[in-house]
Amino acid sequence: MKQFVKGNDALSEAAIIAGCRHYFGYPITPQNEITAYMARRMKEVGGVFIQAESETAAINMVFGAAATGVRTMTTTSSPGFSLMQEGVSYLAAGHLPCVIANIMRGGPGLGNIAGAQGDYFQAVKGGGHGDYKLIVLTPAYVQEMIDFTILGFDLADKYLIPVLILVDGIVGQMVEPAEFPQNYVPKVYDKPWALTGAKGRPKNVVRTLWLDDNGVELNNIRLQQKYARIKAEFVMYEEYMTEDAEVILVAYGTPARICKAITKKMREEGRKVGTFRIQSAFPFPEYRLMELALQKHLKGFLVVEMSAGQMVEDVRLSVKDYKPVYFYGRMGGALPEEKSIVEHTLEILRIKV
Amino acid sequence: MELKLIFDKPKTMTDAKTHYCPGCGHGVVHRLIAEVIDELGIRERTVGIAPVGCAVNAYEYWDIDMCEAAHGRVGAVATGIKRSRPELIVFGYQGDGDLAAIGLAETLHAANRGENITIIFINNATYGMTGGQTAPTTLPGQITRTSPNGRDPSNEGYPMRIAEMIAFLEAPVYVERTEVTSTETIFKTKQAIKKAFKLQMENKGYTFVEILSGCPNEWHLNPVEANKWIESEMTKFFPLGVYKDKYPNIK
Ligand SMILES: Cc1ncc(C[n+]2csc(CCOP(=O)(O)OP(=O)(O)O)c2C)c(N)n1
Repeated sequence: MKQFVKGNDALSEAAIIAGCRHYFGYPITPQNEITAYMARRMKEVGGVFIQAESETAAINMVFGAAATGVRTMTTTSSPGFSLMQEGVSYLAAGHLPCVIANIMRGGPGLGNIAGAQGDYFQAVKGGGHGDYKLIVLTPAYVQEMIDFTILGFDLADKYLIPVLILVDGIVGQMVEPAEFPQNYVPKVYDKPWALTGAKGRPKNVVRTLWLDDNGVELNNIRLQQKYARIKAEFVMYEEYMTEDAEVILVAYGTPARICKAITKKMREEGRKVGTFRIQSAFPFPEYRLMELALQKHLKGFLVVEMSAGQMVEDVRLSVKDYKPVYFYGRMGGALPEEKSIVEHTLEILRIKV
Repeated sequence: MELKLIFDKPKTMTDAKTHYCPGCGHGVVHRLIAEVIDELGIRERTVGIAPVGCAVNAYEYWDIDMCEAAHGRVGAVATGIKRSRPELIVFGYQGDGDLAAIGLAETLHAANRGENITIIFINNATYGMTGGQTAPTTLPGQITRTSPNGRDPSNEGYPMRIAEMIAFLEAPVYVERTEVTSTETIFKTKQAIKKAFKLQMENKGYTFVEILSGCPNEWHLNPVEANKWIESEMTKFFPLGVYKDKYPNIK
């Protein structure tokens, strides 16, 4: 049954449905609904809620909880996500599963509290030290706040990797109809590596340090092999009227919703426009974008973001030089304007090939 | 003739050779913790947290489940572990740089929440691992690599008395400062560690044992001189004793 629900509340309840009983967080707008929701609901479901003294502490509490094999989560917004980078690097290095949500706001610095997308680099290229990646899911609808959060816990346990829900504050604050799954039963993964007390087995060590010979390189190779496996097995995107499109708008989160609406409108005017919506920023749907780039009738891609164009780089890398990639974006919490997107699109449509 | 074993290493110690310098207190305290775990019969339900610092490899030496923590974050990591599996006995092991500098917030807040964990704090008045820099616990006038003319309180402040700070909080149930320079004080230290673990086993709350410990290498003293320095100088600034004990009847 569908009900009206706020994005941040939807994500919170979804985590509980996914079996998360260990939440550690620190307040920051525009994700404060989550800490409040978890403070109330975790008690009701017999879980653990701690308002940590900082994001640094919160992510390290997640580290400890993940090390014992339980499903655990933290959420934050941009300045807090910066503080969490230390812990994120350690979680990745230690092959520990958890879910982190960054409900992005305008930056850099303290910025503002409006929804934005300026943390894409930090999320996708590794914001902490060392060579590591996260699975990065990018919901655009309240329904996806639910679905991606549940999926996130499963992916985290399956691949032993932190999963990041990267979403602009607008989706977090938005209220729209969505449905919670009725019959989801959290899948239980064997975690023989977890710290549970070394009863009847050799001791387990959760570590990220190897001072001996090639330990760190071997761990890095293991990590890279894992990322290659994830790339081979998992990617998510949505295509909207891309088949015969001459211009494809590429976006994630709120701008993707605007792009879809524009696509619909321009199609009604007989213009061949499509939208490609990124649902996983890592792995990035690079093969599908390349396939689309190879379509003869396509004139180019227009990437629309609420940032200075951070995702443009990944689109460019995906389509190589086969088709031009254009960009239009706004920063600091400003929304990309419909008028400007349409103007850019018309300009690309006018190109003679 | 039948050979009778009268002295052995604790079951909780592995066969690995430790990497500590002669006269360093880490090895002694490792053994004490292992003995206590053996005596309390909790080897199969204890999780230790190794710090950043000289004891960074501690998980090689104890035969129990072990977790690493980023520099200073033991208080937070221990919170995550204990809150997830309250049946586990969780202890953190930290140096003064780890606990009192970068990790001061995590340390005080875990104590203030009254987490049912035990923290063993090795105070050697310097950063051993990185080569003898100033620690929050470095004594006034003490020469370190980053206070080459001796710690000057007008520039670097005074040493921080951590046991006192923690005892000042409401939640902690047991806080003691000991040292490990003689058989007698080593024995006292063991009693303190044992009491701390026992209180945790009884779900009494946060326990903290600060141990003054030698770092002859970075103090540029031989082990005997280092022990003397602890007794004559360190204890002046860091008086030994029980700073808080809500359960004096539990030994
Ligand atoms: C974020 C971070 N900063 C700095 C370091 C480098 N570092 C390693 S150990 C250490 C100090 C350790 O001193 P202490 O905690 O007193 O332990 P000891 O080595 O004296 O036993 C430092 C600064 C680090 N590992 N991580």
